[in-house]
Amino acid sequence: MGSTFLRASTTLSRRAVLLAALAAGLGAGLHGTAEAAAKTTLTLGMSVEPPGLDPTVAAPVAVGQVTWQNVYEGLVTINEKGEIKPQLAESWTISDDGLTYTFKLKTGVTFHDGEVFDSTAAKFTLDRARGPESTNGQKRFFQAIDTAETPDATTLVLKLKARNSSLLYWLGWPASVMVAPKNAADAKTNPIGTGPFKFVSWTKGDRVELAANPNYWDKSVKVKLEKVVFRFVADAQAQAAALKSGDIDAIPEFAAPELIEDLKGDSKLATVIGNTELKVVAGMNSAKKPFDDKRVRQALMMAVDRKTLVEGAWSGFGTPIGSHYTPNDRGYVDLTGVHPYDPEKAKALLAEAGYGSGLTFTIKAPQMAYAQRSSQMLQAMFAEIGVTLNIETTEFPAKWVADVFKGSNYDMTIVAHAEPMDIDIYARDPYYFNYKNPAFNDVLKKVEETTDPAAQEKLYGDAQKILAEDVPALYLFVMPKLGVWNKNLTGLWEHEPIPSNVLTNVSWTQ
Amino acid sequence: MRYLLRRPILLSGLLITTFLFVVALLSLVWTPLPPTKMQIVSKLKPPLSVGLLGTDHFGRDIASMLMVGAWNSLSTSLLAVAIGATLGTLVGVFVAAVRGFTETLVMRGCDIIFAVPPILSAMMLGAFMGPGRFTAIIAIAVFMVPVFARVTLGAANQIWTRDYVTAAIGMGRNRAKITITHILPNISNQIIVQVTIQLGLAILTEAGLSFLGLGMPPPTPTWGRMLSDAQTYLGQAPWMALMPGMAIALAVLGLNMLGDGLRDLLDPRDQS
Repeated sequence: MGSTFLRASTTLSRRAVLLAALAAGLGAGLHGTAEAAAKTTLTLGMSVEPPGLDPTVAAPVAVGQVTWQNVYEGLVTINEKGEIKPQLAESWTISDDGLTYTFKLKTGVTFHDGEVFDSTAAKFTLDRARGPESTNGQKRFFQAIDTAETPDATTLVLKLKARNSSLLYWLGWPASVMVAPKNAADAKTNPIGTGPFKFVSWTKGDRVELAANPNYWDKSVKVKLEKVVFRFVADAQAQAAALKSGDIDAIPEFAAPELIEDLKGDSKLATVIGNTELKVVAGMNSAKKPFDDKRVRQALMMAVDRKTLVEGAWSGFGTPIGSHYTPNDRGYVDLTGVHPYDPEKAKALLAEAGYGSGLTFTIKAPQMAYAQRSSQMLQAMFAEIGVTLNIETTEFPAKWVADVFKGSNYDMTIVAHAEPMDIDIYARDPYYFNYKNPAFNDVLKKVEETTDPAAQEKLYGDAQKILAEDVPALYLFVMPKLGVWNKNLTGLWEHEPIPSNVLTNVSWTQ
Repeated sequence: MRYLLRRPILLSGLLITTFLFVVALLSLVWTPLPPTKMQIVSKLKPPLSVGLLGTDHFGRDIASMLMVGAWNSLSTSLLAVAIGATLGTLVGVFVAAVRGFTETLVMRGCDIIFAVPPILSAMMLGAFMGPGRFTAIIAIAVFMVPVFARVTLGAANQIWTRDYVTAAIGMGRNRAKITITHILPNISNQIIVQVTIQLGLAILTEAGLSFLGLGMPPPTPTWGRMLSDAQTYLGQAPWMALMPGMAIALAVLGLNMLGDGLRDLLDPRDQS
């Protein structure tokens, strides 16, 4: 039914274009204002296909990149600047002790299947996400919640066990979106939310199709796209070819920086370099010799020339970092100078730690180009200080998650951490770095207990400094967002404060 | 020499193969630049501007990498073929001497190995043992065994029907002795030809395995990985793909021509 409607509408618009073109051609001299109707379909390319379409049950960021803000919405949302904005909750109040959050919900919001969104649905969603059976990728977000109460249909009250200053921000994440209670069990393959687009179909291995939601609750938003197709193309060459031929209109996260120069020359395409939260770090297993010795980790950090690494591994697109934090996060401190490139000092430090005669270990590197190339660069740089690095390619995500992330069976690994403000991973136990520092945990605890943003930023600064000093992982660079899309498209996010493809305001100018 | 000149295929095969072996051996003592030395400032430079054949995405000298790659490729393939040829020939002559049910059993076993594509089983082997030179050698050798077993069995069976072999049997010589004194010397020509041809195939397979990341791990340069690294740089730096591609093609062509030439040369029917 939905697709018939779509087909009819595209034929219509094609006809309209034709008519308009005819009119323009015939009557150019008579009335020069004839305009061609703008396109209303968008084909967007992604490198990774999501394993399911319910962001509240699976961790991969690709799930949210299809559905977040398009199909699903949350109580609050995060805008392009990374700020928290109200969405399905109109407003909220936080009690003075910081333990009670009272949300006033929007009225007149319905899910795509007609089910009404109210406090019961919100409570259902949150209880499902934090329940014992939840497989939510960010389950810890909801750990602070003690109870969710629904005094009336438009009020949701969350009682917390302890102060948690990040809760509101976390509620804006893809992992916290509101799902329709009746549909929750099928949401993986048939997602039903409250967003501006409805799910139409999913052809596995190829595409997901969405259509505009005519009954979208937010009347202040005029959604111009009628049909959206997400296509999954893993190969960078194929992505470039599809962009050039017009098969794909936009690839917000283009996979190969070395092809960007080539695409820049195409007059139909715009290349937009924006910020992301993708921190490329080479984690070390601090529970294992020789990485239990801080001096070894520091020496390895000093062996790395970050600028050269970015040039070789990612064609110079990227910003060196000195800690697990990106320049667009609040409270960022540039710490690349704490352990600057200094092979001589690195050698001396290694000798001091008792490894003056050399050191050999293995990096488990996932198959992605950035990881493979960075590993090879690290190998060459470590060789300069007498360290032999063996590279072992490991399949991401399945084998990497089992061996490294869960099994902690590794010396060194390399991966891009995509989540914003995830510096708290170093305080988690267990976590694959096996990094344990009570002073660091204290700082992060204080962050959660503080409500004053300025004080928080200072604490985040302290946390960054501890990591830069201790080097539980080699902090390499932040990957930029390499957006490539048709010049006539507007409204796509230039920056990516959270992994997403928000299409609400996207339209064609012609 | 005049004899060689009358056989252009054999001659060119011989020349190309010799050239490859010389380059490969030379790389052990000398390369224009250290093949693993990264020079980011001179990355993606075209041939002749930096180095003879240009540089790759890390600014490494492609000519030096190709030279070392030639050694890695040839030594891996030679070892694999040597193992495969030895085992295969032993199996072949043994089965030819025994015949009977053993022959059926061994030949069906060969069929089973033939039924699985080499790259697929090499990938399984790689997943099991971890990628590396050893894995590549074993994976290729496993495929060479049935090839040589078949060739030797066919050739040996023919020799076993010859009159002088029948005579030897009649005089009470045992089968092992006959195999060594009569069978092996008479089938050695076919084995040599087969070795040359299989060597070309082994180089191709080794490159395929390296391309898929199942060959020698970095930083060791291999032709296959050079080719795989070049994929996304094709538009910017086509020489990164062309050079190793041409090296592989040349090596396989040379060895096949040599094999063809040798077959013509050693074929007893052609000794007019």
